[in-house]
Amino acid sequence: MTKAETDPELAYLPFPAGSQPPYAVARYGSTGKRAPHQPLIAAVPTIERSGPALSADQLPADADLSQVAGRAALGERIIVAGRVTDEADRPVPHAMIEVWQANASGRYHHERDTHDAPIDPNFRGAGRVFTDAGGNYRFVSIKPGAYPWRNHTTAWRPNHIHFSLFGASWGARLVTQMYFPGDPLLAIDPIYHSVPDPDARARLVAAFDLELTQPEWALGYRFDIVLRGLHATPFEVP
Amino acid sequence: MRPVTASQTIGPFWHLLADPALADLTRFTAAGPRIALTGRVVDGDGAVISDACVEIWQATPLASPAFPGWGRCATAADGSFRFVTLAPSPTAACLAVAVLARGLVKPLWTRVYLGDPGADPLLDAVPAARRATLIATEVEPAEWRWEVRLQGDGETVFLVF
Repeated sequence: MTKAETDPELAYLPFPAGSQPPYAVARYGSTGKRAPHQPLIAAVPTIERSGPALSADQLPADADLSQVAGRAALGERIIVAGRVTDEADRPVPHAMIEVWQANASGRYHHERDTHDAPIDPNFRGAGRVFTDAGGNYRFVSIKPGAYPWRNHTTAWRPNHIHFSLFGASWGARLVTQMYFPGDPLLAIDPIYHSVPDPDARARLVAAFDLELTQPEWALGYRFDIVLRGLHATPFEVP
Repeated sequence: MRPVTASQTIGPFWHLLADPALADLTRFTAAGPRIALTGRVVDGDGAVISDACVEIWQATPLASPAFPGWGRCATAADGSFRFVTLAPSPTAACLAVAVLARGLVKPLWTRVYLGDPGADPLLDAVPAARRATLIATEVEPAEWRWEVRLQGDGETVFLVF
């Protein structure tokens, strides 16, 4: 156990208002029977203050989704990179990041995806990377396509890559989606709009980054991620 | 301070990350008494949820290269999940649980206690009528059963930290 896990003066900070979605989202139909109705119970984290130390020894890294056995996937090759920190801008080293996404045609390599778009045999669409000592990560993929879903008439998901992250403690666990700048579907997507604060939504959109771009090879996008950390709680002023 | 990145749903196609091996936390060389935790995930209509991701984290025994402490299980067509793991310390016999699924824009956080521990800071903060939703039943020796109800009658207690 590290000091952070056992020091009772350290706690999670509350989320800023509007920065996280509520469970019940009227325009996202699947929340209707799945969002809890009873009030949540505020818990003092105990076992949640520690967390798994997942490593590439147990879960092999795969930072290149853009090919299978050396055969290139169809689509626009991209490099996605960024930095994972906590709220105090401290890097989160050795964090496991899992990513998954649709192919360039907007089809997942998944038996339950029935969208009438072609499967690409050279694109499986899942990867796993770990942040370095400075909290930095990087992987190569292709730009995912938009795809329809049955939430409402003409519902199409914007281009997105799913991210799953494990931080320094269980309470830092985050699953989110990275979007692409300039996507017209963002304006009408109920899942993106489940986050009330427009600035918090905008932070889910990656930045096109010419410095990450590799000439003659791939476009670069930067997506920085902030996980919950354990922090010294400020003294309450009576 | 920088705000924490917003959560989004894991969606219906997260199984690209699924691996049945991850539900067996004893798959390396872990030694010690083993338990199984099985259950179902159901929605507000009592219908089973067959696309959920259930994850557990246990603080004891301490995680090591032989014991990850963390497990993941995809619910089956009948909404069921099953973990095999090392028994946590009897003095704190509970696991942290996160339920993720399509229709959940952020994880549902909860805990499962392996039997009623008596006095407990969290359980004591839960309304008495709902306390049992956090306690698994030992249906056979070392075989624990626990149902997760996302909504409605018998709704599982979910937590915020």
